[in-house]
Amino acid sequence: MKYISEYRDAHLVQAVINEIARTVRHPWVIMEICGGQTHSILKYGLEQLLPEELELVHGPGCPVCVTSLEMIDKALAIAAQPDVIFTSYGDMLRVPGSDGDLFSIRASGADIRVVYSSLDAVKIAEENPDKQVVFFAIGFETTAPANAMSVIHAQKLGLNNFSLLISHVRVPPAMHAILGSPNNRVQGFLAAGHVCTVMGYWEYGPIAQKFRVPIVVTGFEPLDIVQGILFVVRQLEKGSCEVENAYARVVCFEGNQPAQKIISQVFEDCDQKWRGIGTIPLSGWQLKHEFMSYDAADRFQVQMITPTESPLCIAGQILRGLNKPFDCPAFANQCTPEHPLGATMVSSEGACAAYYRYGRSI
Amino acid sequence: MCLAVPGKILDIYEADGLLMGKIDFGGVIREACLTYVPEAKVGDFTIIHVGFALNLIDEKEAMETLALLDEISKQDFT
Repeated sequence: MKYISEYRDAHLVQAVINEIARTVRHPWVIMEICGGQTHSILKYGLEQLLPEELELVHGPGCPVCVTSLEMIDKALAIAAQPDVIFTSYGDMLRVPGSDGDLFSIRASGADIRVVYSSLDAVKIAEENPDKQVVFFAIGFETTAPANAMSVIHAQKLGLNNFSLLISHVRVPPAMHAILGSPNNRVQGFLAAGHVCTVMGYWEYGPIAQKFRVPIVVTGFEPLDIVQGILFVVRQLEKGSCEVENAYARVVCFEGNQPAQKIISQVFEDCDQKWRGIGTIPLSGWQLKHEFMSYDAADRFQVQMITPTESPLCIAGQILRGLNKPFDCPAFANQCTPEHPLGATMVSSEGACAAYYRYGRSI
Repeated sequence: MCLAVPGKILDIYEADGLLMGKIDFGGVIREACLTYVPEAKVGDFTIIHVGFALNLIDEKEAMETLALLDEISKQDFT
């Protein structure tokens, strides 16, 4: 397949890794923000091919992982109500709330449906006028254009039985939080390629300058990732802190303007709670006032349960690059993808799940 | 979650007021919304996430990147 196979060329990947080895002089800690990149790195064993001076730490860019426990509990409560069809991307169904997951609610009779796109949820609402259809709208900037369009489309169709349970998170405020933390270890970033496809990379210049870190927009195939690492290492060795684009076939500086326009029409900034990390100011998006009638949290007044996290889980330290999955005593014994204790084990893109799946135990 | 897959646009049409397209993902054909890439033409490659085209793939940039990396690979033998 064009635009995939050439970026998995083992010969070229090795050549770029050799160039990284020729370039690197000092030890550096580099964070890939996006869980999709974490997954690729572990899948292709890229971290094992890099020179030992380089340490990759894995960022909080997995929306399934960082969706707050309160939000999962809210989803479970809404999905369990009669006359509700609860729709979601498939990877949210296994995420444990305080008491069970969406799969267990479905097993007790709730109508929970996996959809491929938010527009599929709108269609279900059109076909079921006597039911309330709720879509679990989680995601980073990448997913926001789809979720925003579902609201615009439902409004155009005049649907009053469609709403979104929203937990949107944004990358730049999370990078701020990581770099601003007193025990930060991250010295350079691979920025998330598909987030930048939507948003461009104009937001990253001030972060690079303020914290003196290089930031390189990076794709998802093995060749993309080693290219991103090479660009970061070149900058680190030179002492520069620029924003560069190593995913130019897909990302441009301004991003996708029509998508940004719809996002700003539908959403506004809000403080957001991240599972494993806590609240990061202005790191999320919520529906603007004029679209509040599509807010499921408003439509279904759910009594908040007090959420309880496992005391063993160290997901918060992992998501900030302070620890690796195998530093956790629960990793691969009490905590597995079948029975996850916390954020980073719940989705296949979470760092713990990727380490477990690809057998990284030391 | 932010997985987005390249595909080739086979057909462009309007449905329910939305710009839609048929996309070929290496033999698997699916429908996707093209509203965010109004400049798309049949035959273009695009990158699809949860049923939406996020951008068109820039062939010139793709060739330049591969040429740059190819240059790097030649240094292995010098």
